[in-house]
Amino acid sequence: MRPLGTTKTQTRMSNSTLLFIIAGIIFVLMYGFALISYPGSFMQFQTFFDLFNFNAALFIVTLGLCVVMIGGGIDISVGAVCGLVTMACAMLLESGTGGIWSALLLALGIGLAFGLMHGFLIAYLEIQPFIITLAGMFLAQGLLTTLHREPLNVTQPAFVALRNFTIEIPWLGTVNRRGIFIPCEIKPGVLVVVVLVILYAVLMKWSRFGRSVYAVGGDRESARMLGINVKKTIFLSYVICGLTAGISGFVFLMTTGAGNIGNGSLFEMKAIAANVMGGILLNGGVGNLLGAPIGTMTLLTINELIRAAGVQSNLQAIVSGLLLYLFIVLQSIIIALRTSKRFTLALPSWLKFQRTHD
Amino acid sequence: MKSDVILKMEGICKSFPGVRALHNVDFTLKKGEIHALMGENGAGKSTLIKIITGVYQKDAGQIYLEGKPVHFRSPQDAQNMGIGAVFQEIALCPNLTVAENIFIGRGRDNFVNWKKMNAKAAEMLDSLGIPASPTQELASCSIAVQQMIAIARAVDMDCKILILDEPTSSLDEDEVQKLFGLMRQLKDRGVGIIFITHFIDQVYEISDRITVLRNGELVGEYQASALPQIELIAKMMGKALSDVSAIKKQAARKSDDSVPVFEARGLTSAAGVRPFDFTIEKGEVNGFAGLLGSGRSESVRAIFAADKVTGGEVKVNGKRVKIRSPLDAMRQGIGYLPEDRKGDGIIEELSVRDNIILALQVLKGFFRPLSRKQAEELAEEFIEKLDIKAPSTNTPIKSLSGGNQQKVILARWLITQPTYLILDEPTRGIDVGTKVEIQKLVLKLAEAGMSLTFISSEIDEMLRVCSRLIVMKDREIVGELTGTDLTEQDVMHMIAQGGK
Ligand SMILES: Nc1ncnc2c1ncn2[C@@H]1O[C@H](COP(=O)(O)OP(=O)(O)O)[C@@H](O)[C@H]1O
Ligand SMILES: [Mg+2]
Repeated sequence: MRPLGTTKTQTRMSNSTLLFIIAGIIFVLMYGFALISYPGSFMQFQTFFDLFNFNAALFIVTLGLCVVMIGGGIDISVGAVCGLVTMACAMLLESGTGGIWSALLLALGIGLAFGLMHGFLIAYLEIQPFIITLAGMFLAQGLLTTLHREPLNVTQPAFVALRNFTIEIPWLGTVNRRGIFIPCEIKPGVLVVVVLVILYAVLMKWSRFGRSVYAVGGDRESARMLGINVKKTIFLSYVICGLTAGISGFVFLMTTGAGNIGNGSLFEMKAIAANVMGGILLNGGVGNLLGAPIGTMTLLTINELIRAAGVQSNLQAIVSGLLLYLFIVLQSIIIALRTSKRFTLALPSWLKFQRTHD
Repeated sequence: MKSDVILKMEGICKSFPGVRALHNVDFTLKKGEIHALMGENGAGKSTLIKIITGVYQKDAGQIYLEGKPVHFRSPQDAQNMGIGAVFQEIALCPNLTVAENIFIGRGRDNFVNWKKMNAKAAEMLDSLGIPASPTQELASCSIAVQQMIAIARAVDMDCKILILDEPTSSLDEDEVQKLFGLMRQLKDRGVGIIFITHFIDQVYEISDRITVLRNGELVGEYQASALPQIELIAKMMGKALSDVSAIKKQAARKSDDSVPVFEARGLTSAAGVRPFDFTIEKGEVNGFAGLLGSGRSESVRAIFAADKVTGGEVKVNGKRVKIRSPLDAMRQGIGYLPEDRKGDGIIEELSVRDNIILALQVLKGFFRPLSRKQAEELAEEFIEKLDIKAPSTNTPIKSLSGGNQQKVILARWLITQPTYLILDEPTRGIDVGTKVEIQKLVLKLAEAGMSLTFISSEIDEMLRVCSRLIVMKDREIVGELTGTDLTEQDVMHMIAQGGK
């Protein structure tokens, strides 16, 4: 900041930046704790990469949802759409009528269809996003079970090759007990995550669309008065979210290689939790897109920690739930302190009991 | 002269559920003029400009921009056609930076060049002397700065029409002058400016023409130089001129029984006023005059024991009494309408009815509640008497306009039938019409035998209402003025001389 004028105040950090930094610190602390507690597994680079290798689809879903959440909305259909895409693509590949490219197109098509429908209903008909995407979730789940009830393994050779493809990092790895160097491996899905993170971060920071999403999330009515096309912005945010869910379905299939009714289940909840942990405020307008992957890593690290501790898996859910409470309250406190307003939970309008306007 | 007209609106109608905000309103704006849009609260000024800017859609009527019929579907449309606006409620995004708020939604660039944008914003803020940094989040700026930023944005848009809806409400004198300077520059460049304000002096300082609205209807369009101030007020209120100037106080009443209603000797309080003597007769209206902070409010608060009383003795109707708390004062028939309506006065969440009966309830004690029916009747009686504009007695008070809130608090005290009522700045921040109504009411109450103390920052208002002025300076009474032909000069003289 260059000083100008006479009475320049110290520029205060923005809420988005502050929450992002806090999210980053929490992740580092969490991972540091994991390193100290279970050095055996967490010290290995591969463990870190496996967070991405096995959860690439979740990272991607979280990214799309992040855009919608910054705009002040929500999309709880993303998990079901992701699951539907895995099954639809698996069936297409197994039927022998289509190859990898047509499967990818199908994935994008399904995601786009849901995104367009949700975007239209929410932005132009002004229906509550929670209800609309709840309907979308049921629809996608229903379609998924109608398509195929049994798990469906993809055996198409080209796809199996893609699934098994790994990228080795020759200069990074571990030496095992016999003294043999084992390089770290990453899956192609991770590359998709990296590309999308960069793409979306640029979109949100530098594009007119991205800034409009922030404006709409911050104050919808003001954004309209500032000359922003609020409806189009909201519409596009859901389209992007749907499309991203489609991509995540394809990546999911690339990771597991099978269509399954359980695929992507609860992803929407995990993605919401991850975003909150990444400093994306539920009531919109505040958050850094890079918080989405950070939050996802935090969530996954917690899960890994609990798994490493060897306790029952329901503890995993309990701890995640408690942490989520903590995060929401913490964020609300921070925002309340900074605006010196009465403390209220920082929740979006559709989660609040009543909204008053004067 | 047709080419001179830049905006023409004909027969504009707009209704909201249950309210007819605009009915058949015409409006014309010329190139290079500053056109004041005047009217009381709720007259429809903001609605009219929101129709011009595409925020609301008109129900009927036609808009012509430079002679061509236009239809604005959204603020974007209007912005693209060269109409810039600063809205009454600051319409900026709190979570974006100052620079973004200035530039977002304008131009066709698909990507933001942050460096260029911040540099441009810095230059602009600098030239306007706005104490904000471009990279600062808007939420961290004060309201006045936010308002300046909204103005900066509109001014920078290079528009043909600039609309300013009460832009000066939170600006100080310097900032207002800066804004007026800008407005004059734009006017010279041929921009048509629509200016809305509650400050009548500002209207005469800057505007060329005046359009007056009342209750959503057009009253008329006038040359500012040809419309005397008093006539403008009369038109805004929809009253004949004689009504307004008819408010003249009577000569000081001398009551028959010479025992004062209230008498204090050497009264002083923890808020720090010098011990003072004070008396008020039956049916008298007097007032404390002085600059802001001279101790006017502290004096009356001492009378009501709103601050801790630390000395002095008090007689009510000639009998010595002890007043240690507001409740004691109320029991002696003293009422007090505080200066800070929001802080001390209204309870925002409660209904109009509950706000009205509050004082009476306190006086009766909470263990003897008024019946719902009684409360309803009382509330309705006073809503009618004071002409309070509220949809029903159940309406939460916060949804009323400032003037009507003030009337509700007044009703609260009148209902307790006080013998002595203190009004501290009862007319601040309310529109001219309600102001005059309250002034008239004060005189009427005095005629009926109530004693009142009336405090206002506007000396001419006090001169109209009070028959005796107690002049204060530096927390001390410096003198008293009585007589029917006092002028502001007399009061200022005394303030200036006093304390020497
Ligand atoms: N969005 C709205 N919904 C309902 N009523 C409104 C709305 N906006 C304004 N009004 C009503 O329209 C009338 C005119 O209001 P407004 O144009 O704001 O007046 P002004 O700006 O002259 O004070 C008022 O009675 C007000 O209550
Ligand atoms: Mg208004």
